[in-house]
Amino acid sequence: MTVTVLLFASYADALGAASLDVELPRDSTVRDLVSAIRARPGADRLPATPLVAVNLQYAASDRIVLDGDEVALIPPVAGG
Amino acid sequence: MTPLATVARTPIDPLALLRRVASPANGAVLLFLGAVRQVNEGRAVTGIDYAAYEQMAASELEAIVAEGASRFGTADVAVEHRLGELAVEEISVAIAVGHPHRDAAYALSRWIIEELKRRVPIWKREHYTDGTREWVDPAGRPSAELVP
Repeated sequence: MTVTVLLFASYADALGAASLDVELPRDSTVRDLVSAIRARPGADRLPATPLVAVNLQYAASDRIVLDGDEVALIPPVAGG
Repeated sequence: MTPLATVARTPIDPLALLRRVASPANGAVLLFLGAVRQVNEGRAVTGIDYAAYEQMAASELEAIVAEGASRFGTADVAVEHRLGELAVEEISVAIAVGHPHRDAAYALSRWIIEELKRRVPIWKREHYTDGTREWVDPAGRPSAELVP
């Protein structure tokens, strides 16, 4: 399945895009998704375990990613 | 009134937020404003642009306001965070709370700003006098405690 991953702020700058399409086998976890992204050019500027949100909520690394999930990498937040 | 939590690209109107949280029951009505500061960590700042994962920022802010309202026993809470390009002194965030008593009003206002800074997916890029721009990374690393 293809998962679209949203990127923001410093992570979007590092990977040179606001989103990425990532090809993943079924039953892949958030951890697998992050590993796939870390193979992309520029991803060495990301931390080893970036925060991930699935369907607008912070997600644990063992969470299974389902077809159609909205996935985003969340850089360290800096609101206020 | 129903608690309000929004992210917006238009300037914040603090008095509109205050009016929302005033009521005959509230002996304390408190307004916190966050503004763009001209110096950060020794560097002269000319402005900040705020970016967000807008849909999630709105839902996290709503969750914070609902949780705060429940914890501190008032529905009179209004929070607005600005997005886009802001100049020095412009208001980036406003938190208005109304409560029968001041202790709880101060505690709730403080609790909301700390939660907002901890978990709402908003980012700021500072512009410096030398023309450079940098994303601010307050923690220096992702916050593992946000993961359930």
